[in-house]
Amino acid sequence: MMISQFFVLSQRGDNIVFRDYRAEVPKGSTETFFRKVKFWKEDANAEAPPIFNVDGVNYFHVKVVGLYFVATTRVNVSPSLVLELLQRIARVIKDYLGVLNEDSFRKNFVLVYELLDEVIDFGYVQTTSTEVLKSYVFNEPIVIAPARLQPIDPAAIFTQGAKRMPGTAVTKSVVANDPSGRRREEIFVDIIEKISVTFSSSGYILTSEIDGTIQMKSYLSGNPEIRIALNEDLNIGRGGRSVYDYRSSSGSGVILDDCNFHESVRLDSFDSDRTLSLVPPDGEFPVMNYRMTQEFKPPFHVNTLIEEAGRLKAEVIIKIRAEFPSDIIANTITVQMPLPNFTSRASFELEPGAAGQKSDFKETNKMLEWSLKKASVESFPRSFMVSNITKEAGPVSMTFTIPMYNVSKLQVKYLQIAKKSSSYNPYRWVRYVTQANSYVARI
Amino acid sequence: MPPPAASSRYPSPSQPSGKSEVTDLKSQLRQLAGSRAPGVDDSKRDLFKKVISYMTIGIDVSSVFGEMVMCSATSDIVLKKMCYLYVGNYAKGNPDLSLLTINFLQRDCKDEDPMIRGLALRSLCSLRVPNLVEYLLGPLGSGLKDNNSYVRTIAVTGVLKLYHISASTCIDAEFPATLKSLMLHDSDAQVVANCLAALQEIWSLEASHSEEACREKESLLSKPLIYYFLNRIKEFNEWAQCLILELAVKYVPSDSNDIFDIMNLLEDRLQHANGAVVLATVKVFLQLTLSMTDVHQQVYERIKSPLLTLVSSGSPEQSYAILSHLHLLVVLTELCEYAANVDIEIARESIRAVGKIALQQYDVNAIVDRLLQFLEMEKDYVTAETLVLVKDLLRKHPQWSHDCISVVGGISSKNIQEPKAKAALIWMLGEYAQDMSDAPYILENLIENWEEEHSAEVRLHLLTAAMKCFFKRAPETQKSLGIALAAGIADFHQDVHDRALFYYRVLQYDVHVAERVVSPPQQAVSAFADTQSSEIKDRIFDEFNSLSVIYQKPSYMFTDKEHRGPFEFSDELGSTSITPEVSSDIVPAQQFEANDKDLLLSTDEKDDNKGLSSNNGSAYTAPYESSNISSQMQELAISGPAASATTTQSSFDFDDLLGLGLSTAPAPTPSPPLLKLNARAALDPRAFQQKWRQLPISLSQEYSVNPQGIAALTVPQSLIKHMQSHSIHCIASGGQSPNFKFFFFAQKEAEPSDYLTECIINSSSAKAQIKVKADDQSTSQAFATVFETALSKFGMP
Repeated sequence: MMISQFFVLSQRGDNIVFRDYRAEVPKGSTETFFRKVKFWKEDANAEAPPIFNVDGVNYFHVKVVGLYFVATTRVNVSPSLVLELLQRIARVIKDYLGVLNEDSFRKNFVLVYELLDEVIDFGYVQTTSTEVLKSYVFNEPIVIAPARLQPIDPAAIFTQGAKRMPGTAVTKSVVANDPSGRRREEIFVDIIEKISVTFSSSGYILTSEIDGTIQMKSYLSGNPEIRIALNEDLNIGRGGRSVYDYRSSSGSGVILDDCNFHESVRLDSFDSDRTLSLVPPDGEFPVMNYRMTQEFKPPFHVNTLIEEAGRLKAEVIIKIRAEFPSDIIANTITVQMPLPNFTSRASFELEPGAAGQKSDFKETNKMLEWSLKKASVESFPRSFMVSNITKEAGPVSMTFTIPMYNVSKLQVKYLQIAKKSSSYNPYRWVRYVTQANSYVARI
Repeated sequence: MPPPAASSRYPSPSQPSGKSEVTDLKSQLRQLAGSRAPGVDDSKRDLFKKVISYMTIGIDVSSVFGEMVMCSATSDIVLKKMCYLYVGNYAKGNPDLSLLTINFLQRDCKDEDPMIRGLALRSLCSLRVPNLVEYLLGPLGSGLKDNNSYVRTIAVTGVLKLYHISASTCIDAEFPATLKSLMLHDSDAQVVANCLAALQEIWSLEASHSEEACREKESLLSKPLIYYFLNRIKEFNEWAQCLILELAVKYVPSDSNDIFDIMNLLEDRLQHANGAVVLATVKVFLQLTLSMTDVHQQVYERIKSPLLTLVSSGSPEQSYAILSHLHLLVVLTELCEYAANVDIEIARESIRAVGKIALQQYDVNAIVDRLLQFLEMEKDYVTAETLVLVKDLLRKHPQWSHDCISVVGGISSKNIQEPKAKAALIWMLGEYAQDMSDAPYILENLIENWEEEHSAEVRLHLLTAAMKCFFKRAPETQKSLGIALAAGIADFHQDVHDRALFYYRVLQYDVHVAERVVSPPQQAVSAFADTQSSEIKDRIFDEFNSLSVIYQKPSYMFTDKEHRGPFEFSDELGSTSITPEVSSDIVPAQQFEANDKDLLLSTDEKDDNKGLSSNNGSAYTAPYESSNISSQMQELAISGPAASATTTQSSFDFDDLLGLGLSTAPAPTPSPPLLKLNARAALDPRAFQQKWRQLPISLSQEYSVNPQGIAALTVPQSLIKHMQSHSIHCIASGGQSPNFKFFFFAQKEAEPSDYLTECIINSSSAKAQIKVKADDQSTSQAFATVFETALSKFGMP
């Protein structure tokens, strides 16, 4: 598990930080890496895999906010260990700097080096816990103004549309003191669900899956203990049954196929009352990841109809029905459908009164695109029409984000913070969001 | 820091050119160095930052070394850290300058602030200046005894750094012993983890030339130590847990209770959010249960869910790593679901994939069941694909014929239109005619419709099947065979015509000869030409949770020997030494570095001398005097009388003809004449390598080894001696219980025609797997017989 070097490169290939831990890899590894990544195969579209080997040196990289986080080693190490480590390093640095980008890196490179020295010693990982690192790291981060940056992390999706959430919260450094004086006591618990659904041509659900994460970011001072209560009817594991016969099990309760937990989580009372207790370390981390294939109600039903209208012409009707409560608003919705290669023209008809909608035919990749800024049940358009294509099109795919809504029905019933005093009442943010991972309707 | 030379090649116009700025910095630093004024630390911080930022972008700031060191006399820890960073970067390039720093670093090592003690010690050990190692001993020694765990953690890694600067200094100071005691007694988990990491690295590197180090390395895998770590695994952070799990993978459990104990201890690690921990645990589970087929299968079931969760919860890069592993494990159930898919191509592909797994795998039982279920689905294309698979499966695992035949017999040939599937069905009808009551009649039916059969492949199979059926059930088949031969001879397709004619003539000549030719006793095919070598697959499986899985290559194919990691399996095969056997009266078996890189792949000339000197005491070393050997070989080759006493060419070689359809039917070798081998054969190891690379595997078989043989195998040299007495010479060997690997060669007595054999003996299953490659492939069966006979006598009085 020895890392030789760690470095961060900008999109242009500039060194932002570079640390050599074992002096085993010849000079020029950053250039070698960058050349390889940039010109992976002649095909410009082929992306380099996260792990490759050049002249006996293994290069691992993850891309975070457009920066390359790279580790090299000559040893046959566990690939997931190194990739996980790179991801963690990025998270630790983000915890410290508040925001992660080239600018914040350059302003804080001494701090970053300080962190790197404590994270890895002679190639061996020492710790990646922001909590632990706090006692070894002394540089104060120079925080850059969050207004100048693009939201990059999953939590940034909360900032779209929903006014009730403080948009800057996710970009605060966990260690820096607020210039205005005392830091705000608050904690964020985000339930993020990515859903994958495949509809058959007749509209039946062929496969459906939810990949969920309960993400936590704590700005509470003094690390108080926290209890999170989940649904009492939560079940884990499907027993001996195959994952494919779940359609027969329309019983009540939330049934997760599987889940895993962060190190800090104690499951002492999880079996009895479905509560997780933990002393959250500083920084952002997943409390729990879960996976569910239990039947759920997809937020959108997609129905596509193709009718041939003449020999070289066809009419496509795409109907989308929203199936979530009326007080919920979905945003940044796009619907895509590949059309046959020989499609020459497409014309659109949107339902009357369709404001904030756009439809387009992308000539280069023969892609039909229909986008909606936002939609709720009332405002949701039912269909639009395309003509002039023949068959061999599809499938229709959708992307969307639905804040304050999750399909699994997994809930944080309460979030209890061990009280330090009667007046101690930190802000608690429990936020839900559903995103399309792969939302496909066959034709 | 980026190497200055590298980055200065690309000066960006916005960057300062360097010279004047550095001079500026130098004078400013000088001014501050002696100052005790308030606020001076802040100004120093700014200057230090500037220096370091220059250093980062590649400007050479080594000229301010002296000033930096002077300025670092401060209690400001941020300043200290920056200074250490700077010093660490330039010390190696400027040994003279680093002498300057030794003094202040040594002083800081005694600071009352543990943070400064630790940081100074880390910097001191990171200087990497060989002639300064003596200055490290004192601070390291006290660092290991420091009452602060942060300092101890750093000191432990410092010992490893010292080892890499000067191994002898480190060993002579007996630091490893101190680490060992810290590992067992320290209260801080990170100190313990670093001790483990350092000791693993040190002992692995020492093991090549020190018996004691070998023992120490082994002792890391002792039962008490493994349990010591596993019992308290939760005290360690996730990265140290991975280290411990990697160690546990190498542990050889004493019995099944041992295995279950460990699995119970680690069960909850599968629920860890860190994919590295989960994969390391999976590897432990898979390795532990290798010998227990049922439990092993349960493990597969158990790990499926956690791995799938990891795939979906991590970043795309992490998913990539996990998916590469899933690719290796292949979730079979998942694939089977696709067989019922409406998309025909997907269905076909998934059936093919299932079949591929069946041909390579482990749990054939379950797969056969699934395949038979496919047949019952009664969809044309599913049936078609499956039939082809069942045929291949039967060729490899004839023991399943009864289960398969009952199902296959129920399939109406009318429903099968695809030539490949039809051919497969016909092949099975011929092959298993005695078990399928309808076989002659189905064949008769097919033959009657000869004219309508458009595929030459099917017609060829029909001819052969009719022949086979005839040998088994002559009265019922005679008529249709006649029709088939007549139709075949009249066939416009050249191959069909030729085969029919040949069958006809050989039948005329002698029915028994014909039977021997067309329907020899079946021999299981152990490897199909198109599947990836199962050896490589196994190797990759052994290296689960490593880059081997990502690259789909065993580690020796992409890693230098010294970088394979302390406990790599491929190394382990060679970790117990089988000392070169010396027998005086014959040419000694030449042993050499036989890791597979040399044997199979690399044509690069390895530095032989280096191999000799640095690998003393390691596995495969042996004298390697190629010039000497080759001259001996020449001599031998010439001296061999060119008598044609024993040729082993079997009288007829129908390979080609039958190869059209039934290529796997081995060339018949009716009681092969005993092959005479040259007792004084010699082969240059290099020539062996080359041949091993070039020749195809002509035979691959599995033999049982008798218990006496297994018992005698405790001294692997005895097998080498034994085989030599049968004129089969060992060229390389290695391994340890239960897996031993030997490379043998033999030579025909009469002519310089070589047989190369790889022989893997598993002493727990008492099986020997051999792969034979031969110059004269027609005699490899004869050679295998000799080999088997010799092997069967091993251990017998």
